[in-house]
Amino acid sequence: MKMDILMIEDEPNIAEAVRFLLSREGWQVGLHADGAGAIEAIRAATPRLVILDLMLPHRSGTQILDDLRAEGDAALAATPVLMLTARGQSAEAGARADEVLAKPFDNDELRQTVRRMLP
Amino acid sequence: MPFEALLATCLAYVALMFGVAYAADRAAARGHVRWLDHPLVYTMSLSVYCSAWTFYGAVGYASRSGLEFATIYLGPTLVFTAAWWGLRRLVRVARMHHVTSVADLISARFGKSNRLAAIVTLIAVIASTPYIALQLQSVRLSFEVFATNAPNGPEINGALGGTALWVAAGLALFTILFGTRNLAADERHHGVVTAIALEAVVKLVAFIALGVFVVWGLADGPGDMLDRIARTAADPQVAEGWLLKPDRWTALILVSAAAILTLPRMFQVMVVEAADEERLHVAGWAFPAYLFAMSLFVLPIAVMGRELLPAGSNPDLYVLTLPAAAGQDMLALLVFLGGFSAATSMVVVCAIAVATMVSNHWLVPAWLALRRIPSPDETDDLRGFVLNARRMAILAVMAAGWVYHQASGGTAALAAMGLVAFTGMAQVLPAMLGGLLWRGANRKGAYAGIGSGLVLWMALIFLPSVGVGGDLPVPPGVDPWTAAVMASLIVNTLAFIGMSIFGFPDPVERLQGLSFVSAVEPIRHSRMMRGDDRAEPLLAMARKVWGAEAALRYFQAEARAQGRSGYLPDLTPRFLTRLERRLAGSIGSATAHAMIDRVAGGVALTVADLLQVADEAQRAKEETQRLEAAQAELTRTARQLREANDKLTDLSVQKDAFLSQISHELRTPMTSVRAFSEILKEPDLTPEDRSRFAGIIHTEAGRLTRLLDDLLDLSVLESGRAQLNVSVVNLHDLITRALAAASATRPERGFLIDRDLPAEHLGLITDPDRLLQVLINVITNARKYCDAAHPVLILRTRRPETGGAVIDIVDNGSGIDSGRQSLIFEKFARLNDPARAGGAGLGLAICREIMLTLGGDISYLPGQGGAAFRITLPQRPPASAGSEPPA
Repeated sequence: MKMDILMIEDEPNIAEAVRFLLSREGWQVGLHADGAGAIEAIRAATPRLVILDLMLPHRSGTQILDDLRAEGDAALAATPVLMLTARGQSAEAGARADEVLAKPFDNDELRQTVRRMLP
Repeated sequence: MPFEALLATCLAYVALMFGVAYAADRAAARGHVRWLDHPLVYTMSLSVYCSAWTFYGAVGYASRSGLEFATIYLGPTLVFTAAWWGLRRLVRVARMHHVTSVADLISARFGKSNRLAAIVTLIAVIASTPYIALQLQSVRLSFEVFATNAPNGPEINGALGGTALWVAAGLALFTILFGTRNLAADERHHGVVTAIALEAVVKLVAFIALGVFVVWGLADGPGDMLDRIARTAADPQVAEGWLLKPDRWTALILVSAAAILTLPRMFQVMVVEAADEERLHVAGWAFPAYLFAMSLFVLPIAVMGRELLPAGSNPDLYVLTLPAAAGQDMLALLVFLGGFSAATSMVVVCAIAVATMVSNHWLVPAWLALRRIPSPDETDDLRGFVLNARRMAILAVMAAGWVYHQASGGTAALAAMGLVAFTGMAQVLPAMLGGLLWRGANRKGAYAGIGSGLVLWMALIFLPSVGVGGDLPVPPGVDPWTAAVMASLIVNTLAFIGMSIFGFPDPVERLQGLSFVSAVEPIRHSRMMRGDDRAEPLLAMARKVWGAEAALRYFQAEARAQGRSGYLPDLTPRFLTRLERRLAGSIGSATAHAMIDRVAGGVALTVADLLQVADEAQRAKEETQRLEAAQAELTRTARQLREANDKLTDLSVQKDAFLSQISHELRTPMTSVRAFSEILKEPDLTPEDRSRFAGIIHTEAGRLTRLLDDLLDLSVLESGRAQLNVSVVNLHDLITRALAAASATRPERGFLIDRDLPAEHLGLITDPDRLLQVLINVITNARKYCDAAHPVLILRTRRPETGGAVIDIVDNGSGIDSGRQSLIFEKFARLNDPARAGGAGLGLAICREIMLTLGGDISYLPGQGGAAFRITLPQRPPASAGSEPPA
């Protein structure tokens, strides 16, 4: 079955919190905890939304975003991406993502953003 | 006086002159020229006129011919008084044209003809050689006077033969040392001038002292002296000689007046060495006064010599023999030194002046003719050649004087040789005066005048004086010498005037003549006139200097000012002068002059021009080197600034990266804490979830605290403000405590600990808590990251020869990639999976800061199989860190 949301996040506690919050909204949430293999995970899951951490081991969020946008499958390449960033300068990274959410985020804000983004 | 003592006195005196000249040159080089430039020093240097001939010979002259000797002093006195304005004009014009000698003056005036200068140089050489010989002879004779008193006569006579040679050699050395130090355009020699001024004082003091002794010591005062003079004059033996001969007086006054202007050594000290014409104000009265003082006692000494000394004594040596015969040895010695001064100063200045002429007008032109015109970049070569030429010329002049002295056998009367030189150089006078006073004088006239004068002087005066040919056949009652002098000078002057009137001066001469006669700055001379096609290459040259646009603009403006259309002006002298001056502003005047000449083919370059080019090229080169040094300095400063800026930028980038990293490290736990604390507020959570989420909040809050602690720690350590609490520690105890503390990390991993216990018992002074922190950190890292199935931790401790301790901590895991080994001590350099690390990556950075604070270090040891760290410690921390160790 098609996954609603694939989260790529290396901090287990943040991943747990996000998953808990979004699962309670009824969405199916998958997790990949490393920059390495992230694009393969997206390709395998073909989610309706990708939540992407900016700072990941091995491969950064922006690089994964570039990988995704360069995918041959147009539908996959156009997958909406919500970038999570713990860095101050979200503007630069966020310019190419569909939405950006700065850590720490408000739970309601996260839920509303995801709801708005899911097609 | 013993010969040896006399010789020693001479040597001491010569050494003094060397010292004075050296000191004056040094002072001048340092710019201390105030006293050196005093008009009295200048005046005293003029006394080089009073050579050994006047010092010794005047008395001899007076004993033979009575008051006639005074003419030698009257001529110069007239020049300095009656013709003072003319003298000033001469100095002004000569300095304006940077004239270096009397030959150069004549050449410059008459169209910069080097051939004319070469002829004047020839006269100077012929006239100066016997004159220098005369000075050497006087030194030799004065030695002889003392040496005859010595017991072993013949040997001394042998030594005397060498005296002239040694004197000539010593003077050549002096002249080369102080006369050819530089090639400066104004050719001043402070050292030589100062030494000569001092010698002038010695001369004067010696002569006055002798005169006072004669008048008040030997005679009974001035009244008695006058009586004796009157008695001698009445003596029929001398009456004929003492008769006043108006024709001879006229000729002698004329010749000595000419001599003061034309003698090479006089021109040198009076014109070339003059800083400006203002010093002539003092010299105008002081020099005649000096001459008067020098002449005052001549007649009394001559009369007293005749009376007291045995018949047949050489009157030329009365000044020496008179005090010696009276038993006044010290006075005689003083007089001897006075005569020595007169001879040496004359020889030195004469050698400089003649050598300058010989090198500038004979050697250098010959060399240039062989080498074509040098371009400015060859001028170094030229400078060296000119200086060497001058040195060679000095040696040659000295050698000629000595050879002449040896060959002549020193028989001729001193005064005769001096007069020969005077009359020779006097042949230049018509051309010199005419050139200064009469615009119509031209080169052909100068050739004719100087040439005929030279021939007549040679035939009628010089050759007879050396025993070749006879006196001029004259009617009885006419003095043959006077006739010869007047004949040569009259023919000379008439030829000069005649050829000047009938000849036609070329434009160069006319312009130089205008400049000399009106004493105005010379204007650029040129043969080129209206419509000359050489304007185009001049424009091309100006383009190279100023750039195309500026050069064209200038030429157009000049053409417009001449009322011409187009961009090429007529090559009028006015235009060329303006162009040259403008070019000189860019490339220096001599180079500008040379360039215009080369392009426009005006007149041939003179030696003076080339010397000036050489000087300017040298100056330009030095300036360039100076500029290059300044440029290099600027470049260095710029590079340093750039490096500093790069460093600041790096630091700024690092700071941004660091802040961004801190932001990330802080926000990450805060995100969990915030999210879960909000979740906890939700009502429908299971108790298990609630408890688990609370646990996460607790963990993440702890992580935040640790991070903040680490950051604070690091900031304190990095700022150097960390306080050390040092004590004597045993490393064994610290390692044991560190292992115990670290065992709490991943306690499930059973590590095999390999220690060398006896070696661990090392005592040193350090901060135990800080060292423990490092040990725990390193051991904890090993426990966290060692990926071996059966992990082993090896600890080895030893004391190096330099004291302190080295602790190696090695595990058997896969270690750290070589590429990242250098990064692990950087802040936030967490390498492995952060989930396993649980830290922000500040641990090793803190360790390194601690170790540096303790005066030691921590480094990664590559190639040990697993991760390996080496901790080095000094015996005690550096004095600058922390507090004092307990006593």
